[in-house]
Amino acid sequence: MTSLLEVEALTIGFGDAPPVVSDVSFAVEAGQTMALVGESGSGKTLTCRSVLRILPEAAQVRGGRIQFSGSAHQVDLLKAPERQLRSIRGDRIAMIFQEPMRSLSPLHRLGNQVSEVLRLHRSMGPTEAKRRVLEQFEKVGFADAERAWRSYPFEMSGGMRQRAMIAMAMVAQPELLIADEPTTALDVTTQAQVLGLINRLKEDTGMAVILVTHDLGVVANMAQHIVVMNKGRVMEAGSAADVLGAPAHGYTKKLIAAAPMIPDVAAPAKPATGKDVILDIKNVTKSFTMRAGGWRKPVVVTACKDVNLQVLRGKTLAVVGESGSGKTTCARVALGAERPDPGGEVIFAPAVGAAQIAVHDMTPTERTAFQRQAQMVFQDPYSSLSPRMRVMEALTEPMEIHRLGSRSERRDKAAEMIRWVGLDPEMLNRYPHAFSGGQRQRLSIARALTLDPKLLVCDEPTSALDVSVQDQILSLLEDIRDRANLSYLFISHDLAVVARIADEVAVMRAGVIVEQAPPDTLFYNPRHPYTKALIAAQPEPDLARPIDLELVSKGAGAPTTWPEMFRFDGTSAPALRELEPGHMVRCHA
Amino acid sequence: MMLLRYAVFRLLSMLLTLWVVSILVFIIINLPPGDYLSNQIAELRATGQAEGIAKVEFLRKEYALDRPIWEQYFIWVGMMPGPNGFSGLLQGDFGWSFEFDRPVGDIVGDALWLTVLVNLAAVLFVYAVALPLGILAAAKSETWVDYTAGFIGYLGLATPNFLLALILFYYGNKYFDLPIGGLMGPEFEGEPMSWDKVKSILLHLIVPTFVIGTSGAAAMMQRLRANMLDELSKPYVETAIAKGMAPSRMLAKYPLRMAFNPFVADIGNLLPAMVSGSVLVSVVLGLQTIGPSLLTALKSQDQFLAAFVLMFVALLTLIGTMVSDLLLVLLDPRIRYGGRET
Repeated sequence: MTSLLEVEALTIGFGDAPPVVSDVSFAVEAGQTMALVGESGSGKTLTCRSVLRILPEAAQVRGGRIQFSGSAHQVDLLKAPERQLRSIRGDRIAMIFQEPMRSLSPLHRLGNQVSEVLRLHRSMGPTEAKRRVLEQFEKVGFADAERAWRSYPFEMSGGMRQRAMIAMAMVAQPELLIADEPTTALDVTTQAQVLGLINRLKEDTGMAVILVTHDLGVVANMAQHIVVMNKGRVMEAGSAADVLGAPAHGYTKKLIAAAPMIPDVAAPAKPATGKDVILDIKNVTKSFTMRAGGWRKPVVVTACKDVNLQVLRGKTLAVVGESGSGKTTCARVALGAERPDPGGEVIFAPAVGAAQIAVHDMTPTERTAFQRQAQMVFQDPYSSLSPRMRVMEALTEPMEIHRLGSRSERRDKAAEMIRWVGLDPEMLNRYPHAFSGGQRQRLSIARALTLDPKLLVCDEPTSALDVSVQDQILSLLEDIRDRANLSYLFISHDLAVVARIADEVAVMRAGVIVEQAPPDTLFYNPRHPYTKALIAAQPEPDLARPIDLELVSKGAGAPTTWPEMFRFDGTSAPALRELEPGHMVRCHA
Repeated sequence: MMLLRYAVFRLLSMLLTLWVVSILVFIIINLPPGDYLSNQIAELRATGQAEGIAKVEFLRKEYALDRPIWEQYFIWVGMMPGPNGFSGLLQGDFGWSFEFDRPVGDIVGDALWLTVLVNLAAVLFVYAVALPLGILAAAKSETWVDYTAGFIGYLGLATPNFLLALILFYYGNKYFDLPIGGLMGPEFEGEPMSWDKVKSILLHLIVPTFVIGTSGAAAMMQRLRANMLDELSKPYVETAIAKGMAPSRMLAKYPLRMAFNPFVADIGNLLPAMVSGSVLVSVVLGLQTIGPSLLTALKSQDQFLAAFVLMFVALLTLIGTMVSDLLLVLLDPRIRYGGRET
């Protein structure tokens, strides 16, 4: 029996440079999911796009064969005439992309965009097409299909848009679905649901899936067959059980080791005893008034409500939540970038016994001092370093602003800091574009450290990085914290990342903290349905621990759908109760 | 419903803007010391023509130029009774042109609709040329099609309009027997509208349209091309290709719709730019548009004429902006539903 898709010795390159995909071969069987795994730059995306021949213009396919053996076609996709390829695209082979935000046209209604596939490939009347699309919308989980038909993409959340993309890909019932990092841009609970959806649709229709991802956890939950790629070559290929259970190649082993995991905890942590607080966030509520323009009434949005958090000196407090949970607003309030609503305050204690500073009520001198002692590391290392400044300038600039040291002292400090983060002082004369993502994140950490801060606010510092690099950055952050006795306020959407670095975790949802405890306690005995959903949604590279979709759906919905004990509506949340020492849960008594 | 409300809102704000513009126009015109009549009185005195002075003094009274400036303004607008009761812009009396010694309404009457005609033709020309060329240049970017279109565009931008006008007149007349100068054959001037007159006007319009529109078309083509290129690299284009759409259909449905916004938004700027830009061209080509009158009026401080022409240009601008705003709301659901709750 022939495979549905056979890729043989595929080689792709740009210009005269050596190929970026070389000699890649694999096969996809009907009804199976094949995962193409690799880090950024591994060539996995080029490989999957070459199947539909939607490569960047400069890319040249230098050799190979992609044999598609569908029910109606037996064709080498690399050689097929454009017209034939068009009849296959979207009909027999469909694709979904990484960024649901940008992969749909903002100017056309979803119904129009999805039914277009049927208009292109089936001679179908508009009524019939609409009926089919509505059916498909229901299958991908739109509660009100008619409403989805009329909606524009910008009216929907990321998860809903990705469902619409999936509906678009599935509506013509393709034999092969190519999913290019379909869940990377989504929150972890949404990711779990979307992955579950793809799996269910695959079972229902018997199509094959090529899943392109960097996340072995996702792979373990989806794939029967795995191809691991690195630097344009296949490192290892085999069944999921073989590759994940007994990886043969060193690179695969490295990837598995680096995958973030929520640890199995045997016993809850002992409640922390120290009370040396460096940053005390008290009763912080932050609401924004949105002016809609024209004559409409302004809308008040509460980004976070009743937040009480304490960062202990030398420790890490992590705030975990999905996008829109209010975690970033908390960090901005903590740093004084936003003023909390009346009644809330933030107290900063630079040293034991030193004078305390109220962050939102500072004299200009205090402000300068505070800005030196509290620094921030940003999410996106690509846009947080000016491309026009040499590394040396970027690292000495904070000291110049605060008028610290002489010119040569500043240079020495920059060199010292760059050594701290594991880079070579010789690199100081380069521009940021010469560095990889991980190296850039090291540079922004070094920049934050040049002022000898006491407190570092890390806003998703590893989210934009490959897993193996993510691991290194976390180690670096731990190392620096202990070396310089720093305190961290660590913002993340990823419970597994937090698991390893935090001393205390606060889980946020819908603007409030729903559960707070040391990580060990949290993982040993999660009490809140949302925390349980977060833990259950975490994909892990272990076939024995699949995502528990039932737990996810119980906790990931709106607060109104939670069990009686935790349920609330709008901002009328119950109080945060201490159920056991050091373990607080927002629930009704 | 929502669109209607928006239209009413825009209309009200447009009227308000127009009012503010009228104040500004009046102030600016009165900024230079003296006015047309006082200049003339001084001249008459210097040449000893005492009998003329009486008439000029009469005009001064008649048009309230002897009153304080703010009263002059309200009388001009028609919000305050002047020497002849309420008689201002609001009542349809545009004032007296001292330079031409005729009512402003009479002078600009014909020129007004000819101006609108010439500029409308030019705007249509701009869109008709820029749209296909811009799309073509973007779709075939960095091929000879793109380079040729770009070259022609830059040529259009760089050639001075009056020079282009002279060249076109010469060759147009030599090879195609096109008429030179004017907006209609001399025999039709002042005649009532007839089929022959329309034909004559259309024939005369060809060269001016081309001359006034070229640089605008070139600039707009470049903008459309740049917008299209931006849009072509967006992920939703890839989605459309992956659906199996043919390139031409895909181009028209997705990126063009997106690139169209700035294109539409330009309508507002295009009209006034053309009216003021075509002054020189009108002089060179001998077009009876409002442009040459504006030039004369400004030179001789003929204040009512100048003020009226400026107000007229402002009105065109505001109408253009309003049209483009309403079109944008129709075209782009993000603007339409921007405030809708999700």
